[in-house]
Amino acid sequence: MDGLTFAVQLLNGVQYGLVLFLVASGLTLVFGILGVINLAHGAFYMLGAYLAYWIAAMTGSFWAALLGSVGISFVLGLALENVFIKRMYGRDHLAQVLLSFGMILVIDEIRQILFGKDVHSVAPPAWLSGSIKLTDVLSYPVYRLALCGFCLVMAIAIFYVIQRTRIGMVIRAGAENREMTRSLGIPFDTVNRFVFASGIALAALGGAVVAPVSTVFPGMGDSMLILSFVVVVLGGIGSVSGAAIGALLIGLTDTFGKVFFPQISSILIYVLMAGILLWRPNGILGKREV
Amino acid sequence: MTKGTTTNVGTNLVGMSRRRFLTGTAGLATLGGASHFPMPALAQGAPLKVGLMLPYSGTFAKLGKFVDDGFRLYVEQQGGKLGGRDVSFVQVDDESKPEAATDNMNRLVGREKVDVVVGTVHSGVAMAMVKVARDTNTMLIIPNAGANEATGPMCAPHVFRTSFSNWQVCYPMGKVVADAGHKKVVTITWRYAAGTQMVDAFKEGFTKAGGTIAGELALPFPEVEFQALITQIATLKPDAVFAFFAGGGAVKFVKDYAAAGLNKSIPLYGAGFLTDGTIAAQGDAATGIKTTLHYADNLDNPANKAFQAAFKAKTGNDGDIYAVQGFDGAALLNAGLTAVKGDTAARDAMVATMRAAKIDSPRGPLSFSKANNPIQNIYLREVKNGRNELASIAQANVDDPARGCKLAG
Repeated sequence: MDGLTFAVQLLNGVQYGLVLFLVASGLTLVFGILGVINLAHGAFYMLGAYLAYWIAAMTGSFWAALLGSVGISFVLGLALENVFIKRMYGRDHLAQVLLSFGMILVIDEIRQILFGKDVHSVAPPAWLSGSIKLTDVLSYPVYRLALCGFCLVMAIAIFYVIQRTRIGMVIRAGAENREMTRSLGIPFDTVNRFVFASGIALAALGGAVVAPVSTVFPGMGDSMLILSFVVVVLGGIGSVSGAAIGALLIGLTDTFGKVFFPQISSILIYVLMAGILLWRPNGILGKREV
Repeated sequence: MTKGTTTNVGTNLVGMSRRRFLTGTAGLATLGGASHFPMPALAQGAPLKVGLMLPYSGTFAKLGKFVDDGFRLYVEQQGGKLGGRDVSFVQVDDESKPEAATDNMNRLVGREKVDVVVGTVHSGVAMAMVKVARDTNTMLIIPNAGANEATGPMCAPHVFRTSFSNWQVCYPMGKVVADAGHKKVVTITWRYAAGTQMVDAFKEGFTKAGGTIAGELALPFPEVEFQALITQIATLKPDAVFAFFAGGGAVKFVKDYAAAGLNKSIPLYGAGFLTDGTIAAQGDAATGIKTTLHYADNLDNPANKAFQAAFKAKTGNDGDIYAVQGFDGAALLNAGLTAVKGDTAARDAMVATMRAAKIDSPRGPLSFSKANNPIQNIYLREVKNGRNELASIAQANVDDPARGCKLAG
């Protein structure tokens, strides 16, 4: 493998990792801060992609699709938290798993009614649809580079909100000690609702931004859900920095696994996860038991 | 709607105890010993009971619906009859779940006592159906699943296929690619039974025609992160690529391949499923891809034109290969039943007629091999104007070698 090919594969791995991070960050927030296992995270990822397809088809604008998909999902998240999820705080994980599994079925059926089961694609904005020539045969799509940049910006924004803003401080305090935060007079219900809706919106944003490179199809959320959980567990539950490290590790392992060990590439990321959990049972940056 | 009645049967054996289930299957096994399926005395007057075991929900639901529509269209054209007998349908949704396939099939055969079962799309489900059909001596018509085994080691006189074998659609592509002057080819597919069988058949045809396989790339089913392998293709720089993917994976692969600029320098060939059914979502990225299949969108024969017009009138959709396979399944059954005047008890005569049937199918001339797999033309198609347009006949009257089938020996 020459230097250029290696660099391209490295870029492939990092880009895949960044997308995984964007989707998994919402899951780690909901899991870590609210203590809720949301199996429907992948379903919201799919819904985000379908909404983006639908809005793009209606308006012809990729940016309207992106904003609309995220906006609708955020509002949906607020409503779902208010009706269902808030009853799940402090309940055992079985109840949460059952509820969110039910949500997968309902979302799938709604998708079926609204959008059918066809495979769709979304066109990237015109100025991002070109590609850069790397070798005589290989080009790299500009949209994939833009996707890298966008995910990086989102990662920095998430860190900033959590580490540097007042609402981030409240969220961190709540995750640390819920009862103490409540007794200090912080409106915790509102914070919870905001966190859950943000988690859903991040999943939908992931689905919408990858739609131009990934194709919109019914089962797209299933594999993403499993990978997101691997990222969250690997990084440490509730740790956004951990999720970033975990996602990059998985992106690189998957990419180079497919290149160097094609026969066992499907199990490599799980071997990685098992190895890291043996070394750090709480995940790379985790404080809490898995 | 078709004349005759349709019963919907639930698919889960909820509430059925293990013991009851075992008794049920034991009873069926005993029944399998009898050479003919017992027919009620009223056989001639009673409607023919056809069990449609198809995916009415899940990933393959659209395919199942087209098979169903195609089958019913043929029955309607015969005035709601097959072989002069009225037809009643029993539908079971197999959900493309192999684990439920044996129970669903046993239910159609045991409780519903259907005369013939038509199904299905998913190969794993179809193989379980073939097993039950063999054990209970039930007549089975497979309208899609391409697993080589169904008309290979698992073949039986009363198990027919009106679609294709995985080998059949890909083997002719080997010569096509070699004749186009490509010497070094990389293959790429999902690592699962259908993918392996298709790529192996291509390899067989291509190496026989003098080509070399420069690399065999595969990723786990149904993963769609192709970027690493696409970069690898660019590094290997083959003369051409042969790919098998389907559904959402096919769309993503074709788009990723084009986005990486490979479509300009390394021609992409594939099994027809790479572009069939999802061509609209692939858009411009698919233009120029050449695939082989037993059908093309613009086949210019009278049977296809009549079929397309009738299918459009009935359903409002353009007929596709799945609809044709269902349509031909009914035509095959009609041929057998007509020969015995609708008397399914005359099984041997009926089977003999069906095995010798020559059908003027929308796909072109269709007959059957000793293993009951179609003998048919495999067409080379090229994607133009968002359609799989006929380029040439890749190989006429392709006969699957039916490896391992005792009937073919």
